[in-house]
Amino acid sequence: MAKNVLMIGWELPPFNSGGLGEACLGLSKALAKKGTNVTFVLPQKVDLHFDFMNLVFANVAEEGTDLVNEAYQSYEVWVKGKKFKIKDAPSGYVAGALKYAKRIKEIAQKAVPDIIHSHDWFTFPAGIAAKEATNAPFVAQVHSTEIDRTGGNSPNQTVFEIEKLGVQSADKVIAISQMQRNILNTSYDVSPEKIEVVYNGASFFEKEKLPPTLEFYKSAGYKIVLFLGRITLMKGPEYFVRAAKRILDYEKKVIFVVVGNGDMFSQMLSEAVNLGIMNNFIFTGFLQGEDKHRIYQTADIYLMPSVSEPFGLTVLESIGNGTPVLLSKQSGVSEIVSNVLKTDFWDIDEIANKVISAIRYPALLTVLKDESKKELPNISWDRSADKCLHVYQDLAQ
Amino acid sequence: MSSVVLYFQVHQPLRIKKYRVFDMGNSHEYFNDEGDSSLNNKKILRKVAAKSYLPANELILKLLKRHKEFKASYSFSGVFLEQIVKYAPEVLESFQKLVKTGKVEILGETYYHSLSFFYSRHEFESQVVLHEKTIKKLFGYTPKVFRNTELAYNNDLAHWADKKYLGILAEGWDSFLGWRSPNFLYKPQGTTKIKLLLKNYKLSDDIAFRFSQKSWPEFPLTAPKFASWVNQINGNGDVVNLFMDYETFGEHQWKEHGIFDFLENMPGEILKHPDNDFVTPTEACKKYPTMDEVDVPYVVTWADTERDLSAWVGNQIQKSAIDYIYSMEREINKTRDARLLDDWRKMQTSDHFYYMCTKWFSDGDVHKYFNPYESPYDAFISYMNAASDLKLRVNEKLNQTHIEHIALQKKWAKSVAVS
Repeated sequence: MAKNVLMIGWELPPFNSGGLGEACLGLSKALAKKGTNVTFVLPQKVDLHFDFMNLVFANVAEEGTDLVNEAYQSYEVWVKGKKFKIKDAPSGYVAGALKYAKRIKEIAQKAVPDIIHSHDWFTFPAGIAAKEATNAPFVAQVHSTEIDRTGGNSPNQTVFEIEKLGVQSADKVIAISQMQRNILNTSYDVSPEKIEVVYNGASFFEKEKLPPTLEFYKSAGYKIVLFLGRITLMKGPEYFVRAAKRILDYEKKVIFVVVGNGDMFSQMLSEAVNLGIMNNFIFTGFLQGEDKHRIYQTADIYLMPSVSEPFGLTVLESIGNGTPVLLSKQSGVSEIVSNVLKTDFWDIDEIANKVISAIRYPALLTVLKDESKKELPNISWDRSADKCLHVYQDLAQ
Repeated sequence: MSSVVLYFQVHQPLRIKKYRVFDMGNSHEYFNDEGDSSLNNKKILRKVAAKSYLPANELILKLLKRHKEFKASYSFSGVFLEQIVKYAPEVLESFQKLVKTGKVEILGETYYHSLSFFYSRHEFESQVVLHEKTIKKLFGYTPKVFRNTELAYNNDLAHWADKKYLGILAEGWDSFLGWRSPNFLYKPQGTTKIKLLLKNYKLSDDIAFRFSQKSWPEFPLTAPKFASWVNQINGNGDVVNLFMDYETFGEHQWKEHGIFDFLENMPGEILKHPDNDFVTPTEACKKYPTMDEVDVPYVVTWADTERDLSAWVGNQIQKSAIDYIYSMEREINKTRDARLLDDWRKMQTSDHFYYMCTKWFSDGDVHKYFNPYESPYDAFISYMNAASDLKLRVNEKLNQTHIEHIALQKKWAKSVAVS
């Protein structure tokens, strides 16, 4: 029985900017509930405390580089964001990841883990080091790959190599969808038998009703279509804008709310301007907590046109907030939810067809809302934790 | 004495193609998918004809010739007949051959395989008459026993059929039968002469649903085993009503799993018992008395464990779609346009609403198996877009008629003034 698990993570909410932190928290909490002692390591100290697990900080970024509070998008994006030229860019994340590995030894030895479980490439060197230090089996969980983050366009070679080394030296690899299992198999040479799919779970099944927002538009009869996520290539922001144009050609009273930040923000904005539909767009920037849930609840439909989405936790958040979803088939979550609208991310016409239909035939949204909600209890972290424990068990024997 | 009544439902809907909002006003063809999708009606019909209708008909013909006591009955939807006339005339011929033996009965139903009885009595009656005419034309036969779409039945339907038919079919469902057996004929509440034949759902579904189910304790089902179950009824019932989709043979249950061998041997095995025979529904009505009166105030169908209409109108998208289509009735009739009327009626076929069923959708059961659309929502979207286009055409036609009418009036006024 694997009692002590050393989780090596990168971020946790609210100090997170994406699904990775949410997933780590959801899984750890469910594991703890089932009697597992979770020691969760973060690279840098943050003001957090949990009663169900021990939090340990590796103090990787002591010397001033702020590594957390900012998710790794892709190497190229990160460099651009820092306004460095690619060739003389500091390899901050890579250096951070390696330093994490250096610091982990002591922590690991102290924790005496039965299992080491690390999350995404920047924690893989640490995972390998922890295994060397303790001899405990090493589980590498992949939430997103460099292939996903770059859409396959010039993935960073160093990141890719670290990723590959991580999944290949792991005793077991956890993928968060079948889609990702395939990528790990074809692009990272991991045999399918070594990869277990453990889907993410919903953190809540039904969010309480929050005060409305954007009431002006709602009362004037506008429908709200939501984009929520990092504004970056893999989330398909350009498809969102082009679909918006197509929708507005047929239905005038629609407002497109964009929640999030990212490297393609200005591109998205200027695309909306160029298409002459900027008046129908609202950009809110990054939102979290209650604000985020309020936006979900206000929206009539959440549109996730991701080009490549290893999972897509936001879909479960939206459903939990009672908002129907249109998602791209190129997402992991699409493998486990049925009562949603599905299209290919590139099929602007079909996205528009479905959104317009949802606006014109209101029964559609009513049924999607009611039926999708019924699915959530079957997509719980509890279930993910059970599968995870199964993986641990096999390794511990 | 136990008489086996075989009734096979033969139906193929005209599935609506992927019809987007952008198609509205541009294309008025809703049923003509010609691609590789599961919505290509012609392709599906030809596939099912090859796998099921043709081999099954050949076998039934052989059985009719082999056993003089063997009989069967069929109900064909009008939309099915329309499609075989167009895409597979050899299938029509093979059915005609069966009917010519004189041992095959054809039942009455609505031409469009619709649930119109519950939405518009007038429309329902028109569709029954249309069906009757088609059967007369293609088979030279007038149905004497009625079965409604999906075996949907209640007292009202029996009252309506009482005037016109000898018998009517329904599911032998426990909710109204109670301790009574489906193996007798019954008198529907408040009727005078019509007799009710009830499906023995256990034995029917053993063939239609469980035949290839390895997890079923009785698997594999053989003809002698099945005949022994029929024999058990002997002495405790007059009829054994085996009602099922004809596609059971070769399409739902595969040839590779032995369904045709089963069908070939089943009549002979049943007839081995000297007290067993086969009768058509009409013969059953003439031969046997009714045992008791049954009261069915609510609608009973042959679908799902609920045996109600919830597979067709159980959720809001189904309800809104069917309400929308029937709300057009008055305007459609006003146009006096045959093409519009026909399109409207083809959109009443019950399958369209079945495809929008969300019951058990995420569990991937029988509903998913029978759904040619990716999801109930995709079915609904194409349906509503097509129905909205139909509505636009109706409005356009009525405006046009109105304008023509005014022009005629003016012309007439002018001619009167001149004279």
